[in-house]
Amino acid sequence: MISVISGTSAGFARSSDKDFIQRLLAGAAMSYLELNGLTKKYGSVAVVDGLNLEIQKGEFVSLLGPSGCGKTTTLQMIAGFIDPTEGKIVLDGKDLLRVPANKRGLGIVFQNYALFPHMTAAENVSFGLEMLKIEKRERADRVSETLTLVGLGHLADRYPAKLSGGQQQRVALARALVIRPSVLLLDEPLSNLDAKLREEMQFELRSIQRMVGTTTILVTHDQSEAMALSDRVVVMNHGKIEQIAEPYIAYEEPETEFVGGFLGKSNSFQLTVSGPEGALVGQIGDATFSISSNRMKSGNVIVRPEKIIFSEAQDSMLAGRMKSRVFQGNHWLCQVETVLGTVLVIRQNDGNMVAPEGSDVNLCWKPEDMRLVQR
Amino acid sequence: MMKISRAPWLLSGPALTLYAVFLIAPIASIFLISFFEFNFKGGLQATFTLKNYIEILTDGYFYEIFGRTFGVALVVTIACAVLGTGEAYVLSRMSNPWKGLFLMIVLGPLLISVVVRTLGWALLFGSTGLISQFLMFVGITSGPVSLMYTNLGVIIALTHVMVPFMVISVWASLQRINPSTEAAALSLGASQFAVIMRVIVPQVMPGILSGSIMVFALSASAFATPSIIGGRRLKNVPTAAYDEFLNTLNWPLGSALAVLLLITMMVVLIAANKLTERRYGAIFG
Repeated sequence: MISVISGTSAGFARSSDKDFIQRLLAGAAMSYLELNGLTKKYGSVAVVDGLNLEIQKGEFVSLLGPSGCGKTTTLQMIAGFIDPTEGKIVLDGKDLLRVPANKRGLGIVFQNYALFPHMTAAENVSFGLEMLKIEKRERADRVSETLTLVGLGHLADRYPAKLSGGQQQRVALARALVIRPSVLLLDEPLSNLDAKLREEMQFELRSIQRMVGTTTILVTHDQSEAMALSDRVVVMNHGKIEQIAEPYIAYEEPETEFVGGFLGKSNSFQLTVSGPEGALVGQIGDATFSISSNRMKSGNVIVRPEKIIFSEAQDSMLAGRMKSRVFQGNHWLCQVETVLGTVLVIRQNDGNMVAPEGSDVNLCWKPEDMRLVQR
Repeated sequence: MMKISRAPWLLSGPALTLYAVFLIAPIASIFLISFFEFNFKGGLQATFTLKNYIEILTDGYFYEIFGRTFGVALVVTIACAVLGTGEAYVLSRMSNPWKGLFLMIVLGPLLISVVVRTLGWALLFGSTGLISQFLMFVGITSGPVSLMYTNLGVIIALTHVMVPFMVISVWASLQRINPSTEAAALSLGASQFAVIMRVIVPQVMPGILSGSIMVFALSASAFATPSIIGGRRLKNVPTAAYDEFLNTLNWPLGSALAVLLLITMMVVLIAANKLTERRYGAIFG
């Protein structure tokens, strides 16, 4: 960075250079794609409500939320298929909203793939290059190179109707990548695949994205998909962002009850904290326990089911009765009936059976595993 | 066992009877009559002769009639394909209250008799008709022009009659298109024109082709429009056959004309169908 500044210092008088250098100095923190107060209203209903998001170059970001949370609308606004009511989209310093959809140069993979059924796999991939008026020989090279990248080099001449769902998915990905898009937009790309294939494609998608390094935005309602693929997840609800964080942080330290409930399973309790500083006492229902952290306050807390263990009676925080237990191979999923309602407990299958249904059990968890969240 | 094997025949019996009585029997008798002989004194002679076919196949007059029939049908088909595809696409892009309304307007003419519609065109086409008056008013022509008894007039009127069939056929194809393919093409940098030519039209091609087959068959066998607009000067095969039957009373010659029209049409349609299937069977499976 220093060498760049000294190298251009001769032209410092020009204001455009000054701007350039200011931007360069801010470079480390400057985002590649920026959504600024992005809003879409239909009538008086805001589907997307004042979205602010900054994405770094090469980053893989997921927009995660239930259907109707505005994630797809956001993607469509970035793609240029929907005009926002308010707000800005800035890509690499340029106002993207002034650019029509067919000049934005973004790669999009649609939920239903949207392959051209009258073109072979290779023709589908080649289409974008033809539109860019790329010369024929280079076109052929790039098409076969990209089809090979997604592992479909041998099926170039097949029509989409003769390809499996997973293969169509790969063609769609190749078609979006071949134009070397500034941003790759993925709209629920894996939701039409069966579970096993989906997992396989998750790994593949991640490794391809790492290889080509394209900034990627994934829209999904599948929390495990979002966590598996992305550098950061943006959890959305009712058109607003609930939390932006790395997957591990979002899971371990959810800021709102919604995030806690949407990312994985969780139990929600009302915690009351009392007593002098240094000797805080927490209370949930009838159970009291000492709290070491001074940051803990009264309020709504969530506890992940895998953080709860079955304990001896003397360590019990919450007593209950095993309502049902479901064996899932690598873990047990248990519902325990307590005075505070049904509590979900996940126990790793360590070779020991969990208590049978109908028996009395005692639940216990570490106070620091409770996470204070906003309603 | 017997009962089961008889049931399909019994069930399809009424329909088969209907077909046999109202379709097979008339066509068979036309076919039979086409081999009869006709003379002005004795009328119909129940003999077997190829005279009528030989007369048609050796007379340039009939070649002209066949040529005109298929030429007009071809031009009408192309005009309908262009107009009908455009109409159907525009309709499909409309939002909902308008979509239904305009579809009704496009298909509405089907509810009016072809004769009435053609007479309407006759009013417009005449030398004192609106078109002639407009052309004179604008100054494109100095004297009155008439499109009556011209091929152009027949083509315009027939196209108007046939376009709804094309719209219906293309419309059905358009409904099956995944709307995201358009968005995908746009995102890949295609202009609106490229989207239509490279993505939409190829996908509705089966609809355009089946509509074309329908329009071509109906145009080549059209009677009312060619007889009113084309008149006796510009006969096509159906009007020529009609004249043989009702004016000259030469039923065998008229029948032979009808049979030849039927055979030519079947050859054209089967060939078109084969071609379509070979081209699109693999793609749309």
